[in-house]
Amino acid sequence: MIKARVTVTLKNGVLDPQGKAIEHALSGLGFGGVGQVRQGKVFDVELAETDKAKAEADLKAMCDKLLANTVIENYSVAIT
Amino acid sequence: MKSAVVLLPGLNRDRDMIAALTKISGKAPATVWQTDTEIPDVDLIAIPGGFSFGDYLRCGAIAARMPVMRAVAEKAAKGVMVIGVCNGFQILVEAGMLPGALMRNSSLKFVCRQVKLQIANANTMFTRRYQPGQIIRSPVAHHDGNYFADAETLARLEGEGQVVFRYAEGTNPNGSINDIAGIINSQGNVLGLMPHPENLIEAAHGGNDGRALFEGALGIAA
Repeated sequence: MIKARVTVTLKNGVLDPQGKAIEHALSGLGFGGVGQVRQGKVFDVELAETDKAKAEADLKAMCDKLLANTVIENYSVAIT
Repeated sequence: MKSAVVLLPGLNRDRDMIAALTKISGKAPATVWQTDTEIPDVDLIAIPGGFSFGDYLRCGAIAARMPVMRAVAEKAAKGVMVIGVCNGFQILVEAGMLPGALMRNSSLKFVCRQVKLQIANANTMFTRRYQPGQIIRSPVAHHDGNYFADAETLARLEGEGQVVFRYAEGTNPNGSINDIAGIINSQGNVLGLMPHPENLIEAAHGGNDGRALFEGALGIAA
């Protein structure tokens, strides 16, 4: 079995009001020097596949088809 | 003219859409369930608002990948009119049937109020009963209506008249780019909008500004 972590983040230039709110909240908690905060998503996925290259290709297809909205999001796949 | 309404778990404006289509067309629309792969022979398919699949992953993301949406896309490719309201708009965008994306409202708050809409393109099947530039009222109720498209897509939408509804007179409730409230595909038969015209079709609703949209789409005399 292969375990993988998929990270989905907003593309540059896409406004992230949630990240902005978190940024303000961190400043409000007294954390100085907090620059831009961008919120994303993490998916831990288990695959029955044993071939790493095949698993990576499958995970990329999953990102393109469902896990990420490539209009606004980028993704990266890491086999753990 | 016949219509059909798509039903998905978590939608909650389906009854409103069915009631509006029934009142305006004089006959009840057919209903199709998420697992249906066939849609009856109709002129208009409506995808109502709500919170399909609990808005899990992204609003509309799961619904857009259900079998019924493949059937909707096939019908749309043959020229059948499709309207997606609110969550229905999000589903059409997630299904790739309309460009862009609908993001969290810039206020981060759920908005439920009446807005003003400008008819940005009155030359569509859906807006032909309105005047160009006409301002109408419409309710909105959503958390993720902040329309976004990259610069190239936006230029194309604006250039081709695909922006059909715009929030008017400072009533943009969600921060959407260019005050976009509704867009149409390049073929002119798939419309998505965040506001709820089906909730303003008779005096009991406090007005009937939304009625002309369905009358236009269904070819019914006002």
